Amino acid sequence: MKPENVIEVENLSKQFGNFKAVDSISFELKKGEIFGFLGANGAGKTTAMKILIGISHPSSGKARVAGFDVYKETENIKKNIGYMSQKFALYDDLTVRENIMFFGGIYGLSRKIIKEKTKALEEELQLQDISNQLVGSLPLGWKQKLSFSVALLHQPKIVFLDEPTGGVDPITRRQFWEMIYKAADQGTTIFVTTHYMDEAEYCDRVSIMVNGRIEALDSPKKLKQQFQAESMNEVFLKLARG
Amino acid sequence: MKAFVGFIKKEFYHIFRDKRSLFILFGMPIAQILLFGFAITNEINNVDIAILDHSKDATTKEIINKIAASPYFSIQDFVESEKDVESVFQKGKVKAVLNFEKDFSKKLNGKYQATVQIITDATDPNTANTISNYVSAILGNYQQGLNIDFQIPYQIKPSSRMMYNPELKSVFMFVPGVMTIILMLVSAMMTSISITKEKELGTMEILLVSPLKPYEVIIGKVIPYIFLSLINATIIVVLSIFVFKMPVEGSLLLLALESILFILSALALGILISTVSTTQQTAMMISLMGLMLPVILLSGFIFPLSSMPMPLQIISNIIPAKWFIIIIKSIMLKGVGIAFIWKETLILLGMTLFFMVLSIRKYKIRLE
Repeated sequence: MKPENVIEVENLSKQFGNFKAVDSISFELKKGEIFGFLGANGAGKTTAMKILIGISHPSSGKARVAGFDVYKETENIKKNIGYMSQKFALYDDLTVRENIMFFGGIYGLSRKIIKEKTKALEEELQLQDISNQLVGSLPLGWKQKLSFSVALLHQPKIVFLDEPTGGVDPITRRQFWEMIYKAADQGTTIFVTTHYMDEAEYCDRVSIMVNGRIEALDSPKKLKQQFQAESMNEVFLKLARG
Repeated sequence: MKAFVGFIKKEFYHIFRDKRSLFILFGMPIAQILLFGFAITNEINNVDIAILDHSKDATTKEIINKIAASPYFSIQDFVESEKDVESVFQKGKVKAVLNFEKDFSKKLNGKYQATVQIITDATDPNTANTISNYVSAILGNYQQGLNIDFQIPYQIKPSSRMMYNPELKSVFMFVPGVMTIILMLVSAMMTSISITKEKELGTMEILLVSPLKPYEVIIGKVIPYIFLSLINATIIVVLSIFVFKMPVEGSLLLLALESILFILSALALGILISTVSTTQQTAMMISLMGLMLPVILLSGFIFPLSSMPMPLQIISNIIPAKWFIIIIKSIMLKGVGIAFIWKETLILLGMTLFFMVLSIRKYKIRLE
């Protein structure tokens, strides 16, 4: 594994019966990169991501995440990654502070560190007034930001974001992407799936999956040149229609 | 370990902040035990009856007084003719009418035989039957008083003694059943709902991506319910001892250990249910239909197993609750030790292990 790489995937496949959900995909991710993982529903994005976050085993091929093998070292992978799903899954019946405490706890952070982190987060997100409120009472945008911060709590090398902006208004989405840039600047690698093509433009590099295969992989600028398209949306449509 | 403690703490937050689950956890056991103890009984007390006395002589008066003096009946009405019987029943005022025939005293003293007709409202068959038995007993008693100087040459006297529940209190029968239902409800239904809730909200995914191992997640979710089930079992036993004067003849420790065994089997079932259902509603429906109904109908709790058709009797053997009810009845009422219930305990243990292995395997398959 090259030292600057945090993810290396080579000919990775996952087969369910006769159906190849992921068909021999290969790519590399560098430290601090924002990588957009695009594809239509059912293209195999989620399956590929599940392998990389250590909750599903591949059928064949090689993959290393944060330096650990996806076959044998899923425990170590889990310690070194953060994950945020499209449901912004926090506990609605716990307060903001209790949620931070809980998720920090399951990543093995000490009480002291969790307290410091909570304080820093409260200042950064201006949560002071609401940190004793139940998360269920917060607006969706707040939940999303909080969920992202919680995923970063244990300073993971890579954060996986599964459609992190679903159902959120454009302004909040913009703010959210600022948080992503900030995390990437601090050296965290971002692996993000999305179906908003305007968001694809914000990524350093994007891959587009069609029927289990990666059909295109480059920076948005180069992809637009390659497909002679005005926007990523056009690139995507050209690929998806074949 | 610390992560694990935090996990359990979180689980308690969930439970204590949800009014519905709090009610099921603590309201239900108390409500059920009081309901079954006080309201649902097979005994009769102060049943309203009416009298139709065609003779109105000394003997009938004496018998009527005897009945009125008993705690089981209270005479509400005197009717004058057969025609009125129907109407008092229809008004729902009384549950039975005693019809003394004409010239009762005369016939009794002349032919040594007189008839009382016991007419009961059999819309409630059990009560009707009990009333009829109680009235017959009072009449028999009176008859014995008449025959005091006279001995029938051959006599077989049945002398019955009701062991383990001499007063035939129905609450003695219901307490083990209610305890079984509550433990099943808390352990199986509540855990399956709380696990599927995490699946539904997407937090289960987050937990599985975290360094917590899958078995730690499950054990963490289950431990609070073991604890709460034990508290519930204690509440039920304490209530039944102090409110209903139910004896605990056997060892409390053995009772506690057997209860833990049953709780574990119910938890394993709860986990199994959560692996096959994706929403809380499904988990609840499966728990209610698949677990609670058999517990109520086929465990011998309300309906005696021995009078069921053979196929149902055979099916009842695969219900853990049946064995647990036998075990607690034996411990609480008969006061026996493990020497007498090892067979039932072993069956329950076997079932528990079977369900546990099955749910672990199911859970693993789901993760793949």
